Order: sequence, then structure tokens, then C-alpha cells
Amino acid sequence: MDILNAFVAFLNFVFVPGLAYGSQLALGALGVTLIFGVLRFSNFAHGDTMAFGTAFVILFTWWFKSMGISAGPLPTALLALPFGIAVTAAFVLGTDRVVYRFYRQKKAAPIILVIASAGVMFVMNGLVRMIIGTEEQNFADGARFLLEPKAFKEWSGLAEPLAIKSTAAVTVVVAAICVAALFWFLQRTRTGKSMRAFSDNEDLALLSGINPDRVVQVTWIIAAALAVIAGTLYGLDKSYRPFIYFTLLLPIFAAAVVGGLGSPLGAIAGGYIIAFSEVIFTNAWKKVAGYLLPADWLGDGLLQALSTDYKSAVSFSILIIVLIFMPTGIFKGK
Amino acid sequence: MADPFLIGDGMTGGYGPVDILHNCTISVEKGQIAVIVGPNGAGKSTAMKAVFGMLNLRGGAVRLNGEDITRLTPQARVRKGMGFVPQTHNIFTSMTVEENLEMGAFIRTDDTIRDTIEQIYTLFPILKQKRNQAAGELSGGQRQQVAVGRALMTQPSVLMLDEPTAGVSPIVMDELFDRIIEIARTGISILMVEQNARQALEIADKGYVLVQGANRFTDTGKALMADPEVRRSFLGG
Repeated sequence: MDILNAFVAFLNFVFVPGLAYGSQLALGALGVTLIFGVLRFSNFAHGDTMAFGTAFVILFTWWFKSMGISAGPLPTALLALPFGIAVTAAFVLGTDRVVYRFYRQKKAAPIILVIASAGVMFVMNGLVRMIIGTEEQNFADGARFLLEPKAFKEWSGLAEPLAIKSTAAVTVVVAAICVAALFWFLQRTRTGKSMRAFSDNEDLALLSGINPDRVVQVTWIIAAALAVIAGTLYGLDKSYRPFIYFTLLLPIFAAAVVGGLGSPLGAIAGGYIIAFSEVIFTNAWKKVAGYLLPADWLGDGLLQALSTDYKSAVSFSILIIVLIFMPTGIFKGK
Repeated sequence: MADPFLIGDGMTGGYGPVDILHNCTISVEKGQIAVIVGPNGAGKSTAMKAVFGMLNLRGGAVRLNGEDITRLTPQARVRKGMGFVPQTHNIFTSMTVEENLEMGAFIRTDDTIRDTIEQIYTLFPILKQKRNQAAGELSGGQRQQVAVGRALMTQPSVLMLDEPTAGVSPIVMDELFDRIIEIARTGISILMVEQNARQALEIADKGYVLVQGANRFTDTGKALMADPEVRRSFLGG
């Protein structure tokens, strides 16, 4: 029984939150990696693209609620997603037209595009504050739990509860659908293949008659969609504060780099590696250990490697270790 | 005299302010093989790139089937029926062999792309075996076959090859030359830059020996091979 209790505590405090957070990071990192693969620069504005898109999803959610539209047990935000994506995609395409295209035509070095994207980041940051403010917004509705802790305890007879928030479940399901759709698109469709070809060898892609403008546009639209979905899922699962999305940039980049920049598969793997590392390092293991070890071995501590305030340090350390020892990442990116 | 099928006529120009080509003329007839040879730095690749529109000409013209295409971009020339195999970076390494061929046919909108792929598999049977393997995992010779296959996917009337046998073994080189002859027999004109001058001239209908960006000798491949001066200076005796 003790081992089972320990296992349930592990699932409840490490596995389920890690899986949900990892899915959110993976979607974010996919956007970063696609932009890097096709446009060949690290888009610093990705975190704020997430904040921007989520802000619109929240506005649409409020509007839908005011009209009495809801998605039943599912969050209303899922209905608002397509509209948030449309607004964000339009904005991002506009940014490309106004900012990035200029540098692309001048064949500017990637670092210049990175700095330009930092500028875009600040502009989006400001816009988001003007649109929805800096306050925390809670826009999750529908059923709160997929698996209620009380129900689980009654069913299993264990001392430890297991709770699965519906937002965590929605996150994992939506992320799985998005990833499957993205890979189908990249592997099976003509446009998707042309994106991969362009990312692989730009000159040869041009020689083959692939239209670079179209590839760039499609890439921005997909990256915007992924950013809005990742941002909305994160906001539903935790809460929405524009500043938090700015700080999400670090774990997202760490995930993309760990997996190998430019590799979609790597972005997903990286997302889960970063998420689970953060959760494992900042989790208080006392509860799990309490079931497995004799009481007098435990001592007074929480068995917590780092306080949750320091979770960025975990992604930072992984980022640095990967850059030193395997700069191309797990899946041999660029 | 009627123009040859493809001609770069009196081309003068270079990448920057300095001219590399000086009144250089390269041409190829329908279904024939023309080979450009010459010492290192003679402007062989530059001449071919000029024909394909990859550098600005200050003088001369390029005509394909009588049409002046001097001002067209390389991409537009591909649509006019010119296929180009660069010397390096000529395949999509992360994509499968079959996807490489599909990308070659990107500009085509007809529904016979499948047939062309099968034709290329007939020409290069090894590619059919490796169709689902990433092109970057293939050997040097096989990669060149993918590169040539990709360029053939547009069903070009002219195929331009920049040192197709660079870095492959002599056996593979003979094999590649055999395939190139086969391609020419289907009516496609071949314009090729070659480092292996002797072997290339053997299969050439027409040979161009360039020196310092200008035509030095122009004749049939056989005649050039027989010319004592060409032999002494460029073929090593």
C-alpha cells in the first residue's frame, strides 16, 4: 500500500503537472523551432506572441460568455481559440511585412533579425498591456476536475488523493492533436514538404521553384497558431499574466535548443525534458519519500532540491550544459 | 547558320566589378553533350552559372531555342526548361529520396509526376531501393544520382551539371557518365563542367577548353583529345 501511495503522490505532484506543463512548452518550442528552421533566426517575440494571442482569446471568451455561449464541461476558451489565432496570425504577418521582410531582402545576418525580434517583443509587450492590462486574468470555466481527488480516494481506498484538473487533460489532448496535425502537414502535404525543403536547403528550394514568400507566410501562420494554443493552454492551466509569458521565453528556448533548433521532434522532446526537470528539481519529495523510507531517515527537510522560485535556474542550467556539451541538441538541429 | 539549341553568346561579366568571363561562348545542340574543361580558375563554373543566370552579364546574350533569356532569373529559366545541378548542396539531405524528387517537380501542376519518378527510378535503380531513406545518408555517388534525378523532375530540355563526378570513385564516375549519355539519348541537351577532362571529352559531342575566362579551344570531343597542344597543356600528355 505504501508503494502505491508513493506512486499516486508521484503522479499527482510530478507526473500530471509535468506532462501538462511539458505539453505547453512543447507547443511553444515547436513555434520557435519552425521560425528558426525557415526564417533562420531565434524569435524573441514568441513569448509575447503567446501573451498577445491569449489576450484576444480571453476577450473573445468574455464576449462569448456575455452572449451565453459556452462549451459545456470544456473551457469556453477553446471556442475562442480560432478567433484568437486569426487575429494573432494577421498581426504576425503584418509584423513580417513591416519589419522582417525588410531585413530578409537585405539578406541581413541572423543576429540582426534576432535584435529586430527583440524590438517586436517590446512592442507586443506594450500592446498587450494596453489591450488587457497587467493584472492576472482567470478565464478557465467548465468542469474543474476530470478526476476529483475525493472520488479517487473513495474508489481506490488509498490515503493519497489523485487529482486531474480538466485543464491539464485538455492541454494534453489538444497538444497531441496539434502535434499530430503538424507532423501530418509537414510530412504529407505539398506545402509542408516545401517548408521542410526550404528549411533544409534554401538555394535548392528556390531552384526547384518553391515560392519563398509563401513558405514564410505559412510558417508565420503556423507559428502564430501554435503560440496562441500554447499560451491559452498555459493560461487555462495556471493563470494569465502577460509578464509570466515573457518569462516563459526562457524554458521555451531551452526546450527548442535541447531538442535541436530546427527539429520539430526535438522541440517536443525538449519541452518535456525541461518541464520534468523543473518539476523534479522543485518538487518537495518528502511526501513520496515518506511512504518509501523509514520515518527516522527523513529528517526535517522537505527534500526539495530548489525552491519553486528558482525554477528558471533549472532551464538555464540545462540550456548551458547542452550548449557546452552538445550544441546541436538531441536531434541534431542547427 | 541557325543558332544552337542553347547558347551563351560572347558572355562578359563576373560576380563583382571584375570580369571573370571575357567574350566567352558556350553552346549545346539538341540531344548532345557539351563539356567545359580547363585549368583551375579558368572560369568553367562561372561560365555555366552565367548561362543559367546566376551572375550579371555586362556583354553578350543567352538564347534558348532562339529566345533571348539573358534577363531571366534562374528560377524563370527553370520554368523555361533548364535544369541545373549545383556542384555542392545539391540535395535536400533531411528529406527522403522520393521527397527530393517530388520537390524537383514542385513547379509542375500536371498529374504525371508519378510517371516521371518511375522513369528516374528506371534510370537510377538504386534510388528506387532507397526511396524512403534520407538522401543525406546515401553515398557520394548515390547523392549525385538524387541530385541529377531532382533536376530531371521538371522534364527539362537542357540539363546543366556542375562537376557531377567531383569526389566520387572512378567506377562510380564511369557509371554516372553512362547515365548522362543515356539522358542525352532521350533528347535532353547536356551542358557539363568537368574536372576529369579526359573521360569527359571522350563522351562529349563538343568540348570547350577555357583559359582565364575565354575560349581557348573549341572542337568536337574527339578532335580535342587528338589535338597535341590540348593534350600537352590540359590532359597531361
